[in-house]
Amino acid sequence: MGLEVGIAAVKALVVVLITLQLTVLLLWVERKGSALIQNRIGANRANIFGVMPFNTGLVNTLMADPLKMFTKEDFVPEGADRLLHFLAPFLSVFPILVTFACVPFGDELRVGGMTISLQVADLNVGILYILAVASMAVYGVVLAGWASNNRWALLGGIRGSAQMISYELAMGLALVSMVMTFGTLDLQTMARAQGSGLGSFLGFGKPVLDWLPAWGIFYQPFAFLLFFTAGIAESKRIPFDLPESESELISGYYTEYSGGKQAAFMFSDFAEIVLVSALVVTMFFGGWQIPFLGREGFAFPWGGRLPLPHLVIVVGQVVAFLAKVFFFCWLQILIRWTLPRFRYDQLMRLGWKMLLPLALANVVLTSVVILLAQ
Amino acid sequence: MTMALGEVIFFVVAAIAILSALAVILHPHPVYSALALIVTLLQVAVLFLLLDAQMVAFLQILVYTGAIMVLFLFVIMLLNLEREQEPPPLSWRLGMLTLGGLLASELGWFFLRRIPPSLARTAKLDADYGSVTALARTLFTDHALSFQITSILLLVAVVGAVVLAKRGTE
Amino acid sequence: MVPVEYYLTLAGVLFAIGAAGVGLRRNVIVMFMSIELMLNAANLAFVALARHLGSMDGQVTVFFVMTVAAAEAAVGLAIILASFRNRATVNADELSSLKW
Repeated sequence: MGLEVGIAAVKALVVVLITLQLTVLLLWVERKGSALIQNRIGANRANIFGVMPFNTGLVNTLMADPLKMFTKEDFVPEGADRLLHFLAPFLSVFPILVTFACVPFGDELRVGGMTISLQVADLNVGILYILAVASMAVYGVVLAGWASNNRWALLGGIRGSAQMISYELAMGLALVSMVMTFGTLDLQTMARAQGSGLGSFLGFGKPVLDWLPAWGIFYQPFAFLLFFTAGIAESKRIPFDLPESESELISGYYTEYSGGKQAAFMFSDFAEIVLVSALVVTMFFGGWQIPFLGREGFAFPWGGRLPLPHLVIVVGQVVAFLAKVFFFCWLQILIRWTLPRFRYDQLMRLGWKMLLPLALANVVLTSVVILLAQ
Repeated sequence: MTMALGEVIFFVVAAIAILSALAVILHPHPVYSALALIVTLLQVAVLFLLLDAQMVAFLQILVYTGAIMVLFLFVIMLLNLEREQEPPPLSWRLGMLTLGGLLASELGWFFLRRIPPSLARTAKLDADYGSVTALARTLFTDHALSFQITSILLLVAVVGAVVLAKRGTE
Repeated sequence: MVPVEYYLTLAGVLFAIGAAGVGLRRNVIVMFMSIELMLNAANLAFVALARHLGSMDGQVTVFFVMTVAAAEAAVGLAIILASFRNRATVNADELSSLKW
């Protein structure tokens, strides 16, 4: 029993560390990427004794910025509620990190007679867990806004939490159609189910469709769009970033935060990007699956076989997962710097009057198709 | 006395739950009462997990702490409620707490005097006890009618809440 | 193995705390929260006994209780909002115009 707890702790540590690295990397991608998109140079001044000839802004983002954030004075505004002001950043970061417990980043690892499933917590209600813990992220926003004794922060906080609750519904319903398709709430089972060819999964068109992997995007494209949109709205990124609208509310709900606590809010922002990407990849793009790669090695549809050692397969699958997650993080950053922001009533109308009925229609359509297929 | 991990967790969680429940009823500021209630609800969710009720535990987190308490916090912030200014007289408060204490001790005495036989009678569980499939199986066969009635109830509640909270603009 | 009586005692204590809270506090919203506490104590008792008897019916009951509690919270808070607009108070002692 102690060994299981130890292994789970190691897995959790690995996941948190990978998330941390990805977050910092995404910060750099955002700064330099936005500079590229906006036809400017971006941060390129900081260097170490003149040694940083390419001026990619790495020193700026990876060293100077975090150092600045953590050494800034940390103040609580006058009249603000001290305990809640202190608590809000933690309440913002915690649910995002904890949600990673159910995301599978690889198939099993067979080492030394033990089989370790590369998923921190093997719950049979994985998707419900994700929805439940993600719904706790609202508290950080609303408490940060309220505890700041600043009416603009309160406005940003109320807007943010109303937006998050509204889009949780569309997200949940998009997930329901995925649950119906796979017949399970467990993410690892979903990732494994996407390993076969498309023809074998759907049950028709075998010879031709088997060339395509059975990824969720091919039979639930609509749910992918809905979930991706709702996920971007949940993490309050542009085009949904009214709670944090830089040109209107300064920083919205985290206006009165400086130093390490603001770093915590930024971290939760980027960690949520990684989380939404990880969920999209797991459910719609095969998770850690590499097309045609099974447990023994490659198994091509034309009959070719290429056996590979177990460790190579596992490492390859983890790398594939990370690559896909990174692609979707990049996509979200691209969307952020391309689209303008939604107005608040447009945002709420999109969530309630467009995404929610569409998600419901998707659920009904999926159930009809599943019923007819039996 | 050696205690298994489950028992240690139970006692720690129970202690936190009781302390935060006391904070709910005793703290003068409503926002802190709401936060203490959130802590209590999370402890109850952990207790559900200890009782092999995985689905119900996460439903508790999703529905109670994720939705109902957010609603409470919203209303408290919307009404801009502050610390309670004039608490009721001390005699009243002591009387209420005494009554609560009497109720708690009576229930405790009633339950705790029958422990040894019950351990032997704890039923064997099915393999998928507490999972989604088991809950769905019972819910949609034995309790299908209650399920339908609950859905109508929710519709009525949504319509009622919207109508009640609307400002009369016309 | 924690005997089911411990869970039931904990549920009883939480219920008693909730009941004391309803009588103790005059803020209508805090009274409402104490009622939610009592509902949770009942849920805990249901799940503990369901496990003791090996039946899923207790958990289904908890499912329904949660749903009804959500509906009740929504409607109750809407009522509180509406009455606050008329009287500008959430103190139960002051919401007494129906008393003779």
